[in-house]
Amino acid sequence: MIEIRSLNKVFHQGKRAIKALDDINLSVSEGAIYGVIGSSGAGKSTLIRCVNLLERPTEGSVVVDGVDLNTLSSNQLTLTRRKIGMIFQHFNLLASRNVFDNIGLPLELAGVSKQAIKTKVDSLLELVGLSDKKESYPTNLSGGQKQRVAIARALASDPKVLLCDEATSALDPATTQSILELLRKINKEFNLTILLITHEMAVVKSICSHVAIIGDGKLVEQGAVGDIFAHPKTELARQFIRSTLDLSIPADYSARLSDTETENSHPLVRLEFTGASVDAPIISQVAREFNLDISILSSNMDYVGGIKFGLMLAEFFGTPESTEQAIIFLKENKIEVEVLGYVA
Amino acid sequence: MSLDMLLEWWVNNDRLIDLLITALGQTLAMVAIAGLIGFIFGIPLGVLLHLTKETGLLANKATNKVLGTLINIGRSIPFIILLVAIIPFTRIIVGSSIGTAAAIVPLTIAAIPFIARLVEGALLEVPAGLVEAAQAMGAKPRQIILKVLLPEALPGIINSATITLVTLVGYSAMAGTVGGGGLGDVGIRYGYQRFDAVVMMITIVILVVLVQAIQSLGDYLVKRVDHR
Repeated sequence: MIEIRSLNKVFHQGKRAIKALDDINLSVSEGAIYGVIGSSGAGKSTLIRCVNLLERPTEGSVVVDGVDLNTLSSNQLTLTRRKIGMIFQHFNLLASRNVFDNIGLPLELAGVSKQAIKTKVDSLLELVGLSDKKESYPTNLSGGQKQRVAIARALASDPKVLLCDEATSALDPATTQSILELLRKINKEFNLTILLITHEMAVVKSICSHVAIIGDGKLVEQGAVGDIFAHPKTELARQFIRSTLDLSIPADYSARLSDTETENSHPLVRLEFTGASVDAPIISQVAREFNLDISILSSNMDYVGGIKFGLMLAEFFGTPESTEQAIIFLKENKIEVEVLGYVA
Repeated sequence: MSLDMLLEWWVNNDRLIDLLITALGQTLAMVAIAGLIGFIFGIPLGVLLHLTKETGLLANKATNKVLGTLINIGRSIPFIILLVAIIPFTRIIVGSSIGTAAAIVPLTIAAIPFIARLVEGALLEVPAGLVEAAQAMGAKPRQIILKVLLPEALPGIINSATITLVTLVGYSAMAGTVGGGGLGDVGIRYGYQRFDAVVMMITIVILVVLVQAIQSLGDYLVKRVDHR
């Protein structure tokens, strides 16, 4: 449905050229929910804005539903854009129009009759659960409600593709979930292809079937969400996966943590499980076989796309030799082990 | 002042009262017509200024520069000089260089660049994201102007109208120079030049009330249309 080939985008700042996007290739199949994740400044916003040519690529082609957008006249592009919905981080609703008129705007632009607009907007209001707010003005709505209006507006002209530019970044976690739920619903109901960009792995984890990771203007990794979570090939991917688990060392531990081993100290280790790790009760096995006492400080396990992965912080109590052997054993079982320091 | 005294003054000064009523009518006519025509030309100019900016919808550096310079020239000429300087032009437009109609021409010429800048400022307040959203939903430039930019900037534009009308009330005081009449003219000729403190006070009070009324009406309308 969306086909991006050898896309480059260069911005000029005075005499300096800044490469925002570097040879991006991306293919989103019909009905998919495709996530592009990256930190701020990675170029993800530029990328999504290239998909409806709000930003003109310097090089490369963008094909949406079989149409190469770059070859269109500006009038044709305007008409084609009506089949590509877009929602934004800051909603971009018109303050001068109430909810009903905001949602009806794309239809008004397309010259649809008043009666047809009313029918369509009423059904959209129903879909996003805001029928009682149709006379309200955006300023009186909560963030989540505003985004629902924006989604309804984006759906008004029956688009085939929905672009979400950090659509949940300005919302609190609970509202984020409800908006993601709505996106999933419209994806299923209308077989709508969704391309979303975000900096939160939780969003990807929650609704995406595919993900691409962007860093410094390059796509460093892409594939099915389960595969990426199971076999992250790059450090960037690993960082994002870790960020969904949020495991920090308790304050009193980090105060007692030192880099060097002393006689009475024990190693604090971080274990990283990916889909590659065996699905065996490995911790108790290690404790038994290497005569170790293991104290788990915190642990966070999750399933994504049928893949189990997680992080664990643990303290190993045992002789230095047995600890070393245990770590080797864990690594053999595809568990990433990192000794964070020694706790006295 | 008791009611009897007021009544007596009224009866004894009916000529002066006629004069003031005529002058009020002239002021209102000058301000309203110059304001109206000023907006008919000033709004499109302001829109054009906004659109041709470097980041604008129809970015065009040359047009923007020329337009900006013309507007700045218009705004830098003191009104009293403009009033006299364009007399030949005024004669072409209204057929005479004296009278209320003749004063409306320079008032309008002064109002246009003033309004253009105010409208440009009002449009600047519209978040760029809204224009982008409209583009993304397939709005043509004309639709973006009519359905997004102008409605979103409406509170600011009404505010500009208020400022413009109040400014025109002030400018119209100079209209007497070309025999345009108006309250300011009465104030200068009767109040200032003939040392008639009563007339001076009356014209000032009427002008204050007029300006207050314009401002209150403007504020009320802004409140009505502003949903931000």
